[in-house]
Amino acid sequence: MASNDASTGSGPVETAIREKLTTLLQPIELTITNDSWQHRHHAPMRAQGGGSGETHFSVQVVSDTFQGKNTLQRHRMIHSALSDEFAQGLHALSLKAKTPEEVQST
Amino acid sequence: MFRSAFRASTSISLAARRTAASRRTALSPGLQLARRYLSDDAKQKIQQAVESTPVVVFMKGTPDLPQCGFSRAVVQVLDLHGVSPEKMKTYNVLEDSELRTSIKEFSDWPTVPQVYINGEFVGGCDIILGMHQSGELENMLEKAEVIPKIESDSPPQSSSS
Repeated sequence: MASNDASTGSGPVETAIREKLTTLLQPIELTITNDSWQHRHHAPMRAQGGGSGETHFSVQVVSDTFQGKNTLQRHRMIHSALSDEFAQGLHALSLKAKTPEEVQST
Repeated sequence: MFRSAFRASTSISLAARRTAASRRTALSPGLQLARRYLSDDAKQKIQQAVESTPVVVFMKGTPDLPQCGFSRAVVQVLDLHGVSPEKMKTYNVLEDSELRTSIKEFSDWPTVPQVYINGEFVGGCDIILGMHQSGELENMLEKAEVIPKIESDSPPQSSSS
């Protein structure tokens, strides 16, 4: 726990998210942000003494594998890949999942 | 709150069973393991809940006192579209630990909040906010007859059908 540095280093959960999503999606772009510090005071985190420091993440990912899938399906793909992390205390995951074409058109 | 609202549970529709069954096939091993804990009883109660009101939100806290920013955002967006209280029901998962675990399995969705419109799972906070920005949410709420259609002031990308 003490080795987690919220500002710079990646903790084990973040590393696992990165590895699993890289394998699953072969992303062109993958940005993972740890937002856990913003949520230390909300009720479920207080119950765990502020949480582990790796409870809330934002993920922005661009991948060809999202082609032909709607947002719900894309999110489900990611959730399935991270079911272990969710089972072990990952609490919230904010997702932006796009195809390369969608990124260009915005 | 959740339990008392469900006491009158009886049966679920065939269509609903089919949806639940098709959901089950697409699960990851981890979630399949978790699903074992969802009793038929709990499943039926949730199915009834999501079909009882046009818009159903499973959230942390209440609309007046949300306990989580994601839940607050979802409730605010629905409020902004003028979803009236009688067309929307919210369940506070923090008040019911059984609901809190079973709803995740029921929807095959690991986080709260969760929004259902006309018995169909729509998504969590990101999806609702995204659909709000694209105009999709408004269309969906209009189609579901949750909010009245506004003909003259439709979003730019919608067709004039």
